[in-house]
Amino acid sequence: MSERKKTAIATAAFGVGSLTLYLLLFSYSDQLVLWAEQTRQGNKLLFLIPIVIAFVFSWVHGNFTGHFWELLGVRAAGKQK
Amino acid sequence: MDSISFIDFTATTALALFIVGFVGGMVSGFIGSGGAFVMTPAMMTLGVPGIVAVASNICHKFPKSLVGAMKRHKYGQVDVKLGIIMGIFAEAGMLVGKNVMTGIKNTYGDVGTSLYVSVVFVVVLAIVGSFVLRDAWRMHKAEKSGAAEAGHKVTRLARWVQSLHIPGTMMYFDSIKARVSIVIVAPLGFATGMLAATIAVGGFIGVPAMMYILGAPALMASATELVIAFVMGLGGSILYALDGVVDIRLAMIILAGSLFGIQIGAIGTTYVKDAVVKFVMGLIMVIVLFSRFFYVPGYLSNLELIDPIAPSTIATLKMLGDITLVLALATGGLTIVVALIKGMAAHRRKVSVT
Repeated sequence: MSERKKTAIATAAFGVGSLTLYLLLFSYSDQLVLWAEQTRQGNKLLFLIPIVIAFVFSWVHGNFTGHFWELLGVRAAGKQK
Repeated sequence: MDSISFIDFTATTALALFIVGFVGGMVSGFIGSGGAFVMTPAMMTLGVPGIVAVASNICHKFPKSLVGAMKRHKYGQVDVKLGIIMGIFAEAGMLVGKNVMTGIKNTYGDVGTSLYVSVVFVVVLAIVGSFVLRDAWRMHKAEKSGAAEAGHKVTRLARWVQSLHIPGTMMYFDSIKARVSIVIVAPLGFATGMLAATIAVGGFIGVPAMMYILGAPALMASATELVIAFVMGLGGSILYALDGVVDIRLAMIILAGSLFGIQIGAIGTTYVKDAVVKFVMGLIMVIVLFSRFFYVPGYLSNLELIDPIAPSTIATLKMLGDITLVLALATGGLTIVVALIKGMAAHRRKVSVT
């Protein structure tokens, strides 16, 4: 039971984190398009923005989805060789 | 590069991309290759130019592959060494592939890249898809007749590759359980990268190459492909991001859906046999092929490479393509979910008996 509780807490925490990130993505949508345009116009350092965003989102959201399915009882059959 | 246009970001677009991402992720976690063969065309269907679709796809792919690879590594399916080595050569292939793509864009514009991507899709899927499907069918038949070799079978080509000994270039790989020369591995990685830069799905060459040329089991080949996808995806994303053609909004929405999907796909592989992975892979490849095929006449007409086609005919063809694409998505997703549910039920029965 405590294992399940831990999973539930982790799911909730990463879930809130993930939701926040996506709300930010929607709010700053126009700014992101502008940065891409500026990259095309020669401000090459801005390329880091999408890369960093991708890493952060994958860590937070990846943890959320992993815990989410575990909470629902969808688990692997076990280690296979 | 200034002619590039990002599409408007609406709730409908976001929802459509989320669903496409989910199913694509599921397929990707299951058969190892991006699932982008569903996502690239789907994005293009929503009006995203070919080069932005490919770039944004690659940018959602590397973090997704990392998550998937870590998950499948837990199940003991990943050959990290083979993945990294092929990934490095794939990176080089990616550079060449990207240059070809940019060249086409500069000469023929967005329609040019869309046509090029579609044609490569059709050709590669036709060849590899039918081959994988035939192999899955053979395995299935062998299994039914109770043949001893129903499991993983090393092809004659792979046996020959494993017997080759080129001094100073030999390396042992866990997934193959043999020493193979880097001289063989390098071009396979290169081709994987080149294809990935073009259609965002290098796995269509990478996975079959590991299975049929190197002799790795389908489960390990599809899991190792996730490592290759991460290594080259990161490099590719940086290159495209430098050109400012990555639409990170689209990439992250797809990622939202696909990270849910990839976990399901990866878990699914622990319940099925090699033949099922091959069957799903071949089936989806062939259906997607038909979907892309419907778009080609429209692009050719736009580029004035053929006599103009009536806009109504182009619209009908496009609709047929869209319907086929949805069919591919539904078929792939459903097959995996059914395999997972069946597998989990059988596993539970087995556990309760023992």
